[in-house]
Amino acid sequence: MRVWDRNNVRLAGRAEGPTVVLAHGFGCDQHMWRHVVSEIGQWARVVLFDHVGSGKADPAAWDADRYASLDGYADDVLSICRDLDLQQPIFVGHSVSSSIGVLAANREPDRFSGLVLVTPSPCYIDDETYRGGFTRDDIDDLLESLDSNYLGWSSSMAPLIMGNPERPELGEELTASFCRTDPAMAQVFARATFLSDNRADLAAVSVPTLILQCAQDAIAPPEVGAFVHAQIAGSQLVTLDATGHCPQLSAPEATAAAITSFVRAAYR
Amino acid sequence: MTATGGRDPHGPGPSDDGSARPSEVGFSALLEDDPEDLYENAPCGHLSTRLDGTIAKINGTLLAWLGYRREELVGRRRFSDLLTGGGRIYHETHFAPMLAMRGEIGGVALDLRTKDGARMPVLVTSVVKAGSEGQPQLIRTAIFDATMRRSYERELLNARRAAEREDERLRQLVGKLQRSLLPAVLQTPPGLESAAYYRAASTDEVGGDFYDLFPLEDGRWGFFLGDVSGKGVEAAAVTALARYTLRAATVYNPDPAAALRNLNTVLWQEYRQDARYCTVVSGILTPTPTVGGFTAVIASGGHPEPLLLKADGSVHYHPTKGRIVGAFPNSRYTNATVVANPGDTLLLYSDGLTEARSATSETADGRYGTAALARFAHSIAPTNATTAVAAVTELLGTFGAGLTDDTAILAISAP
Repeated sequence: MRVWDRNNVRLAGRAEGPTVVLAHGFGCDQHMWRHVVSEIGQWARVVLFDHVGSGKADPAAWDADRYASLDGYADDVLSICRDLDLQQPIFVGHSVSSSIGVLAANREPDRFSGLVLVTPSPCYIDDETYRGGFTRDDIDDLLESLDSNYLGWSSSMAPLIMGNPERPELGEELTASFCRTDPAMAQVFARATFLSDNRADLAAVSVPTLILQCAQDAIAPPEVGAFVHAQIAGSQLVTLDATGHCPQLSAPEATAAAITSFVRAAYR
Repeated sequence: MTATGGRDPHGPGPSDDGSARPSEVGFSALLEDDPEDLYENAPCGHLSTRLDGTIAKINGTLLAWLGYRREELVGRRRFSDLLTGGGRIYHETHFAPMLAMRGEIGGVALDLRTKDGARMPVLVTSVVKAGSEGQPQLIRTAIFDATMRRSYERELLNARRAAEREDERLRQLVGKLQRSLLPAVLQTPPGLESAAYYRAASTDEVGGDFYDLFPLEDGRWGFFLGDVSGKGVEAAAVTALARYTLRAATVYNPDPAAALRNLNTVLWQEYRQDARYCTVVSGILTPTPTVGGFTAVIASGGHPEPLLLKADGSVHYHPTKGRIVGAFPNSRYTNATVVANPGDTLLLYSDGLTEARSATSETADGRYGTAALARFAHSIAPTNATTAVAAVTELLGTFGAGLTDDTAILAISAP
């Protein structure tokens, strides 16, 4: 099955539990979830994957046009659900994968039993009435920052980063490769992430939705979480007493607990 | 200063007996450098943050760079608050997750935002300090001024992008020029088959091989395949001259030996100073519809001998002789006739094929060689133009990096 390799799909947890898909955001890969997988895996079948262009997804699957928009990533999520025949999964998306999950769930609402949006931001750039937290200049700044930090990246690293998918353990290789991606692919993903405006898509969400935000988040401030909450009818908002944009790293127990209680309610 | 009062004016303290040598004075200066002062006024910024990023300790150097007072930052601001918007995203999406995974991260390029709004490029290195039980306690960060380095890197990056653009432009230009030196579409004499293949050894240099197959007025066809010495733009000019001279000479007087003599005169006149010359096989082909084959009158100027792959599976090199074209004045060439019956294939090629370095070579110099080519031809005979060219193309693929020169192949067969 092609999606297994294309998206480096990994399964964890109980075979017979409800299915939870964990989707990483811009920057790193599925190992962002390493501290919550064991917790959630106690009751769920956990599906992990890398977006094309990140982690150990198949570099041959890269297509700069396809992945220039979040729709390309949402297509991949739907094809993972379809090809793996996932039964009514809960989709947990971190950061930009929140928007990717919203796009996928709006396209095929019957496929999902719920959405968990972890530190979501439907639009990163400010306009007259909306505070996303960033200006267009900030984003250009980020793109340049990616370039500066990739000066040390070399294509000879690529086999190390992309190769050997048979070694799941958290070894030297992973710590060396984590968060290192092909600069051209990272540029495209960064543009798709930070220049998208998915605010209008939120109102169309019809599946049960949990929004998880951090009390202190340098990327998605609480106002943005409140905006998402207000736009999605019937959604729940949980603010974790955590700092940073990645509660699955800074507060893994609280993150896993919030996801667990949401899923318990959804499957009751 | 006298010898007895010998004391380094910059030294930290008096010497006991007044006889200390300068090296001892320097050493004692080091001993007495105050660790507190070293931290505070180090030539780099020092920052300690709690695990949530809150600033716990900061040195004077970094405060001076940023323009903040200590009490404005300690306990109040986070490290990411000191970064530009883009840097903040990079910190949250890359820096912090990597630091959490590895416990250390070094040499990351970020920009600080100073109190008055200015931007300061820095290189950041962080380590997580663990307690006695191994539990993370705080993050120590060293920050280096990278203003000069960043502008240098930016130039480097711009230069790389410019080089990539130029490279692409050159590749396209070379491709266009190369195609312009070969027939856009290979024509085929009625009742016969033809096929050709060209492989350039390099994508950024125009190769010097050329070929053509074209009708004459009386039902006969002219053809040639040649190889100009050298590569690049100068060789391309010679290639163009050779191709059009041969074609014009052949149309004017359908006699291969005369056409080569003509070309020899032109190249000698034009390029004898530059030692530009070429090897070429030139021919006139007459279809023989009653029999179903063709006859070809062929002349050669120093070129590898054409191969005839017969319908019965046998293979013959067609013997030719004649000097390299353009190398000597007044060179003369001779015609010889090849008869191709139904099922026969005439194969012309340039020495890129026989001179390729081959792992399985039996020649003394490691080249593929004419004997190996004859055996290969025998293994595919009988064949036709299309199949033969496809087989030789595949053979070229097996040479890999051993294929150092351009290679042209032209095959004409009688079905």
